[in-house]
Amino acid sequence: MRYLPLTNTDRADMLAVIGAAGIDDLFTDVPVSARLSTPVDLPFHAGELAVERALGALAGENRAAGAGPFFCGAGAYRHHVPASVDHLIQRSEFLTSYTPYQPEIAQGTLQTLFEFQTQVAALTGLPVANASMYDGSTACAEAVMMAARVTRRKKAVLSGGLHPHYVEATYTLAHSAGVDTRRLAAAIDAEAAVIEAIDADTACVVVQTPNVFGTVTDVTAVAAAAHAAGALLVVVTTEAVSFGLLKSPGEMGADIAVAEGQSIGNGLNFGGPYVGLFACREALTRQMPGRLCGETVDAEGRRGFVLTLSTREQHIRRDKATSNICTNSGLCALAFTIHMSLLGGVGLTTLAEHNHARARALRAALATVRGMDVLTPRFFNEIAVRLPKSATQVVDALAGRNILAGVSFARLDPGAGMDDVLILCATETTTDEDIAALIDALEMEFGA
Amino acid sequence: MTILAVGRPTRSDPDMKSAGTTRSGGALMQDEPLIFELDCWEKTGVDFPRDDFGPDLDASDLAGLTRASPLRLPGLSEPEAVRHYVRLSQKNHAIDLALYPLGSCTMKHNPRLDEKLARLPGFIDLHPLQPMSTVQGALKVMDALAHWLTTLTGMPAVALSPKAGAHGELCGLHTIRAAHEARGDARKTVLAPTSAHGTNPATAALAGYQVVEIGQTADGHVDIADLAAKLGPDVAAVMVTNPNTCGLFEREIIEIARLTHAAGAYFYCDGANFNAIVGRVRPGDLGVDAMHINLHKTFSTPHGGGGPGAGPVVLSASLAPYAPTPWVVHQGGRLALLEHAVGEATASHGRMSAFHGQMGMYVRALAYMMSHGADGLRQVAEDAVLNANYIKARLSGVMSAAFPDGPCMHEALFDDTWLEGTDITTLDFAKAMIDVGFHPMTMYFPLVVHGAMLIEPTETESRRELDRFCDALLELAAAAKAGDVDRFKGAPFHAPLRRLDETLAARRPKLVWTSGD
Amino acid sequence: MRFTKDHEWVDLVGDTATIGITAYAAEQLGDVVFVELPAAGKTVKVGEALAVVESVKAASDVYAPISGAVTAANSELADNPQTVNDAPEAGGWFVKIKISDPKQVEALMDIHAYNAFLGTL
Repeated sequence: MRYLPLTNTDRADMLAVIGAAGIDDLFTDVPVSARLSTPVDLPFHAGELAVERALGALAGENRAAGAGPFFCGAGAYRHHVPASVDHLIQRSEFLTSYTPYQPEIAQGTLQTLFEFQTQVAALTGLPVANASMYDGSTACAEAVMMAARVTRRKKAVLSGGLHPHYVEATYTLAHSAGVDTRRLAAAIDAEAAVIEAIDADTACVVVQTPNVFGTVTDVTAVAAAAHAAGALLVVVTTEAVSFGLLKSPGEMGADIAVAEGQSIGNGLNFGGPYVGLFACREALTRQMPGRLCGETVDAEGRRGFVLTLSTREQHIRRDKATSNICTNSGLCALAFTIHMSLLGGVGLTTLAEHNHARARALRAALATVRGMDVLTPRFFNEIAVRLPKSATQVVDALAGRNILAGVSFARLDPGAGMDDVLILCATETTTDEDIAALIDALEMEFGA
Repeated sequence: MTILAVGRPTRSDPDMKSAGTTRSGGALMQDEPLIFELDCWEKTGVDFPRDDFGPDLDASDLAGLTRASPLRLPGLSEPEAVRHYVRLSQKNHAIDLALYPLGSCTMKHNPRLDEKLARLPGFIDLHPLQPMSTVQGALKVMDALAHWLTTLTGMPAVALSPKAGAHGELCGLHTIRAAHEARGDARKTVLAPTSAHGTNPATAALAGYQVVEIGQTADGHVDIADLAAKLGPDVAAVMVTNPNTCGLFEREIIEIARLTHAAGAYFYCDGANFNAIVGRVRPGDLGVDAMHINLHKTFSTPHGGGGPGAGPVVLSASLAPYAPTPWVVHQGGRLALLEHAVGEATASHGRMSAFHGQMGMYVRALAYMMSHGADGLRQVAEDAVLNANYIKARLSGVMSAAFPDGPCMHEALFDDTWLEGTDITTLDFAKAMIDVGFHPMTMYFPLVVHGAMLIEPTETESRRELDRFCDALLELAAAAKAGDVDRFKGAPFHAPLRRLDETLAARRPKLVWTSGD
Repeated sequence: MRFTKDHEWVDLVGDTATIGITAYAAEQLGDVVFVELPAAGKTVKVGEALAVVESVKAASDVYAPISGAVTAANSELADNPQTVNDAPEAGGWFVKIKISDPKQVEALMDIHAYNAFLGTL
């Protein structure tokens, strides 16, 4: 077995040192009735070639995003990631290290986390950020729990433009903790509708921009209304590239900003692992969930970094912790940091402009298709359209022509009565040929 | 005032600065500033085909919605970025460099085949919301992983989507809550041992439960009498780690399950230490109702400096209907995901996260399992336990084992009684290990053992590496006992940095770089 | 000055009690890095959570040793939490409370009783 260094001679010698007659002597605490005498009913070990063939065949049964026209977004985005990013995150010292509990021998991880936190703070326009969360949706749920702690209130209002999966993940976490989540009816362009729902029990309102339908909203007025009622504003962003072009959550008055960071540095990965971004106002720092990296000095006065404010966390607070989280999404955060370091502010803004330009080209083309309405009034790189028939049927039909036409809203929220709404995304990877192929296929589908 | 937890010292001895620094091995090691200090504000390391988009590069319909001021973040050219991050990487310890004996963390070799396979375009370049017909291979991976996990644990069902061990615990307790609520039985309490990892009580509290601690016996096991006394009609679940955080198998585990079930509660097992028994014991045979499995421990997906992990939860038949969406189903020879709590999934407790969980980790874990097979996984447990007992045997003559009688499982636990009278603490000893080339063991955990030192070698260490490690620790221990205090108090002396001031970091939190720096 | 078994001290002047944690408690906590105090005006009852004191390695709840209304919190601790270590029973005070029942103070331990109590720990 190629991963197990011990030989049978080693094993016999070591048992002798231990003073055990055989390996079974080391498992004597296991109840006799529960000891398996033979291997379980699964295949025996396999060589690299065999495993590579088997899993390679399964990979081959999937239609990779890059294998043809592709317009899926709705919370996960296809972008080009520079080759150096994946090379660097596979450095042994990053890939095969643990959480940096011993800072003297983990400055590599810690310094990159400090860089990550600084980048996230700049992108979201808020002064502090944590070392990352599992993904955007769990970050959103944690933000609601944090708002409930800060305000000592038990109600959250979620906009009708918040990604339905984020709504569900937030409900799952908040419900058992006794926080009531009220989600407004799904709506293309109504982030400000949350204002009407704010009352004296409201801990926070949660809005998304660009929202799940792609609509970009300036939520400054929402912030003012929330603050007037003593509630916090949580702004969610699923497409981190948009930070390069759009007004940041902090600029609009957000108290907490959460985002899915997958777009920067990370592949689509069929949904995970991803990296959640989490930033907030300085006064809320000690109520944040998750790991934090902070600057300090060593015994000789040299700058260094450590995990800090850990009294918020489960290993000290136990049942009084701010969250049960005990990791971040380390390697995905590293990929984010490296890609972001290559882009810089200049590059991210240019990338965002290219995404918007591609989406404008997509919208212009879609507007020519008879029977289809573009619904999104102000967009970044995603557009919702109304089709003359079920969006799920259209998506399935176009998949048969090797075109991944986007995400049917009914797949995300089957109960919303929006079965004819399709969400399409264009990024810098979208070519004119991709758009032309999509339009041809749609016209054929609608019998134009 | 109640002091909730007392752990390690956090600020170094004031005299430490005077201890001599004899830095060696620092040749060719560069000090590396932050990216914000490299004067790279105006450029970018990514080239764009600007000409292709020129005419349409127009944000006119976003008037009033764009950033008021330019985004100020540094951009590095590729050579600068590669050098920056490679230099930083050199300041990290890693399992690829040497044994990494963090108890309860399971730092084992990460096979590179798994990395290669997870990066196949058919896996890494797959959108979670593509039509099911275009992702049959990915769903087969999830289905196969579920088959391996349920077979190895002897449990009928598994929820794959939790994104880490703690997320799996939460998923398990949500599932248990849903099962109780479906019967109209709103229970409010979760029992967990004092030796439990902090995530157990934190998770139970987050899931809306009151946490009551169960005591521990002098030999490091759950106190059954205390458990029996605290069980009652208000107890929703008992959470027990097995093998436990002291590195011992709970001998009375079947009785714990029986008592739990007799009280109408569910038995949640923290499977963080499943690597010690995989292939030799099936939790389903012990009466477990729910158990998360850290794929990054038992099935060796890389820890990546703190994540991402993955924490699938295996479930008993009575809990399976309440599992979170989505899950994979067979539909007439094809696979599909049930994504909403309707139909077959009506009783589902909800959704743990936006998509289907950690697909990148599923591929790696499945490759690891297929490589080892049923025979190899059994050998994994045996070698992990053998290696830990070998370390315990070799060190016990000098260091004090917390539970000297009988074998340990996959990790050997020592306390600090052997350091009494030396003026050297567990922390000092751990930091001195760095100077002799090893990452410290887990220290001050579990909390039930004074000055705990928890050593987990894993099965991927050769006998030569184990001996090198034991020899180094025995030499250090002899120095400690001989009164060579200076070698410990100021340690580490040869790491990239000396001991860091955690008090300063916490008193004046500085979490981001600012331009005034 | 009076003391509790939870290591708080109470110094009563008129009907206002100043409250802090004892030198023993500060020593046990190690370097204090943060103190969370209630706002003035808050009323508390004996045994209710009054404040949270954090060191790097521990976070501890401080319970009200007496009932009353908070009249002042020590703002100095926000900027200089180490005052709790430097002068726990003077400048490191936490809050001042206008008490509702003087008998609650009399029931607490005096310095001799508290020292004897520490001897049993």
